[in-house]
Amino acid sequence: MSDSTVNTNGDYVNFYQYKGKHSGILGWLLSVDHKRIGLLYLGSMVLFFLVGMTLGFFMRLEMWNPGQDVMGPQTYNALFTLHGIIMIFLVIIPGIPAGFGNFFLPIQIGAEDVSFPRLNLLSWYLYTIGGLLAVASLFLSGGPIDTGWTFYAPYSLRTGTEVIMPLMAAFILGFSSILTGVNFVTTVHRLRAPGMTFFKMPLFIWALYSTAWIQIIGTPIIGITILLVIVERLFGVGLFDPAMGGDPILFQHLFWIYSHPAVYIMILPAMGVVSEIIPTFSRKTIFGYGAIAVSSIAIAFVGTLVWGHHMFTSGMSDESRWVYSFLTFIVALPSGVKIFNWVATMYKGSIKAETPFLYVMAFIFLFSIGGLTGLVLGSLATDVHLHDTYFVVAHFHYVMFGGTIFIFFAALHYWFPKMFGKMYNTKIANIALAIMVVGFNMLYFTFFILGYLGMPRRYYDYLPEFQGMHQFATVGSWVLIAGILLMFTNLFLGLKNGKKAGNNPWGGMTLEWTVPSPPPLLNFKKIPTVKYGPYEYEHYDEVTKNVN
Amino acid sequence: MSTNSTTNATHEEEHGHEHVHDLRDDYGSKLGMWLFLFTELILFGGLFLLYMSYRFQYFPEFQLSAKSLKIWMGGLNTIILLTSSLTMVLSITALQRRKIKASIYWLITTIVFASGFLVVKFFEWSDKFSHGIFPGGEELALKSQGEKVFYGLYFTMTGLHGLHVIIGMIILGFILVFIVKGKVSPDRFALIENGGLYWHLVDLIWIFLFPLFYLLH
Amino acid sequence: MSYTDTNEGKIAHAHDPRYGINVMIWITLLSLTVITIAVAGLDLGNYTLLVAMFIAAIKSGFVINYFMHIRFEDLLFKLFIAGVIMVLLVVFVLTALDVFLR
Repeated sequence: MSDSTVNTNGDYVNFYQYKGKHSGILGWLLSVDHKRIGLLYLGSMVLFFLVGMTLGFFMRLEMWNPGQDVMGPQTYNALFTLHGIIMIFLVIIPGIPAGFGNFFLPIQIGAEDVSFPRLNLLSWYLYTIGGLLAVASLFLSGGPIDTGWTFYAPYSLRTGTEVIMPLMAAFILGFSSILTGVNFVTTVHRLRAPGMTFFKMPLFIWALYSTAWIQIIGTPIIGITILLVIVERLFGVGLFDPAMGGDPILFQHLFWIYSHPAVYIMILPAMGVVSEIIPTFSRKTIFGYGAIAVSSIAIAFVGTLVWGHHMFTSGMSDESRWVYSFLTFIVALPSGVKIFNWVATMYKGSIKAETPFLYVMAFIFLFSIGGLTGLVLGSLATDVHLHDTYFVVAHFHYVMFGGTIFIFFAALHYWFPKMFGKMYNTKIANIALAIMVVGFNMLYFTFFILGYLGMPRRYYDYLPEFQGMHQFATVGSWVLIAGILLMFTNLFLGLKNGKKAGNNPWGGMTLEWTVPSPPPLLNFKKIPTVKYGPYEYEHYDEVTKNVN
Repeated sequence: MSTNSTTNATHEEEHGHEHVHDLRDDYGSKLGMWLFLFTELILFGGLFLLYMSYRFQYFPEFQLSAKSLKIWMGGLNTIILLTSSLTMVLSITALQRRKIKASIYWLITTIVFASGFLVVKFFEWSDKFSHGIFPGGEELALKSQGEKVFYGLYFTMTGLHGLHVIIGMIILGFILVFIVKGKVSPDRFALIENGGLYWHLVDLIWIFLFPLFYLLH
Repeated sequence: MSYTDTNEGKIAHAHDPRYGINVMIWITLLSLTVITIAVAGLDLGNYTLLVAMFIAAIKSGFVINYFMHIRFEDLLFKLFIAGVIMVLLVVFVLTALDVFLR
């Protein structure tokens, strides 16, 4: 293959130019290169995110006036269900690990690829099949699923809408998630570059490693829960059906045994990205490296024990209610460790307030609000009042959207020059961020107040006295969407005709900044030997001397 | 493929040409296999969790229903699975001792035992079905709620286990072909070891299923 | 385990594979099966479940250690298995906290 010897970019061939067995679109669809797979994931996720965002837009539109505006109750039920399924199973859970993790995990540990590259490609196919099934289920005879993304029994056993197909989709997505987890744990154990001990790994890797463990340990539980609901609907076994002796609360147990740890699948990788961005833009070693690294594992472990706080009003035993409430507060400790260490890192650092850093600042602000209101919901007494209101909706949008998705955006801006070798317009990116933060708070902070005043979630209708706030929130949703669209457009323009970015535009120290942008096929000319920790800026010159 | 560029030349040579990523790592693949087995274990763990809860709730009905299952059938299946686990190990051992033919024979024996397990299971289930005891069956509909839950669990758990037996047979079948073709050999046996691990997991789950359904009355 | 640029340390070599030990384990497992069936015939009240689970645990110990070879693997594998079993147990206890006390 003589093509691959052509050098158009100096002295190396990057992974876009590399010609393997296949070329064109097949060169992507059949590639086992972790970088291409990572970009496949990112592309699919941005697509699904826009779909989910559109659904949310229409939900907010329906809330403009009390009563029916643009859709009936059944359509509204389907919309919030699909908004949840798409955003959670197709965007947030795989978001950072499968997208950025695939691209950067091997590079950051000094490896050429993950341990099982073909399995990696299979995960992406499973992800895509799951996504397509979820979308296809809309058009089946029963009509789109209306159970909410939680699929609570016994309603999910009884509803006439199409339940089995979206459940199959979630099952397949879970399989994809498990395979990614298996791949990452094995890769971290087997393929670290010489000298890279566990405590010299970048914190993003620690976060991915902890996440991968939750994926492995948690996901099978949702798998069996989903299978049971399918079997119930097909054969009427009766395990969750009170009419046949089953116990629907056990469904909630099984569901949350996975779905609560899944919250940490969503947020831990984001915290990992934050731990990368802050030292880079503070030009300072991270404060409390060990504490942050271990707190990821601690969050992963304690996070598997607190699922019951979703069920305070379900009729659980009193003993378990206070035990779960207590355990929930313990999770705040390792999370607090992270926040304080990040802030301490910035102290006396020489901060460059560039775009990714500003996104992280927005994250810390929004996530802190989300986290603190989490304590309100985690305490038993207040939760009984606020359960199933807009307060809950606001809380998890602050942690999931203000947390994970904002960091997803931050990671896009941070690694964009590395992935594509080009730079976007940073000024517009900052303006987009400002618009998003304003719109976000207009939309979701209003939800806190609405929920506190008693507005229940998942209703297409509301009492007339809430109208003003609902309209304010809806306007906020337009502002937010405008900001998001501006951000994506700006990135897209950067992709098309952005300036050439250097190999290390931010002055980062982790291994991905020591290779060319975009990286060559096997990432490194020679597998590096690691001598220093990932953020030891006193050795900056030595580590990056071969860059450029 | 001529070498990619001068900078990558050393790597390309080491990794062979078509599959630049195909670095062999037996330890890594065993690790990956174990991680996957954990997910299988937890998949069944969810069902055992249901069993625990419902057994607590419906203790007398569970005892009563367990009497209707035939110990000798479950016991026979236990012996079949344990023996198939042994023949699986013998097949691996034979391969490692470079006795390829013996390895193939032991592997075939394992697959035969696996089908034996399914045959016994088939008769057991058909016996229950013929008495109207199956989800939605007319006889089961008359029974108490606790008994319905017991049989619901029985059919789900043994059914899912049976499915794993079938998957295991398919995996072992592929490995058999690979041995014959020489892709799995005395110098490259990670695959048969991993297949064996899967098969033992199926055995492991049955070790718990058997007393929980057949013996506790 | 850290990355090495060659395949050294990555290709498994069988260490002294034997038939005999595995046959012994098999006989032990069969005997335990007979015991657990025999014990089930006795009326031990609430202990029936405990005894049955205890014997099943011993049997799985043999399967995991010998048939699945864990006895001869690195510490890493043992730690992982212990960790997973522990998480499973904790999940069982926390669920029981609700179900048993409701």
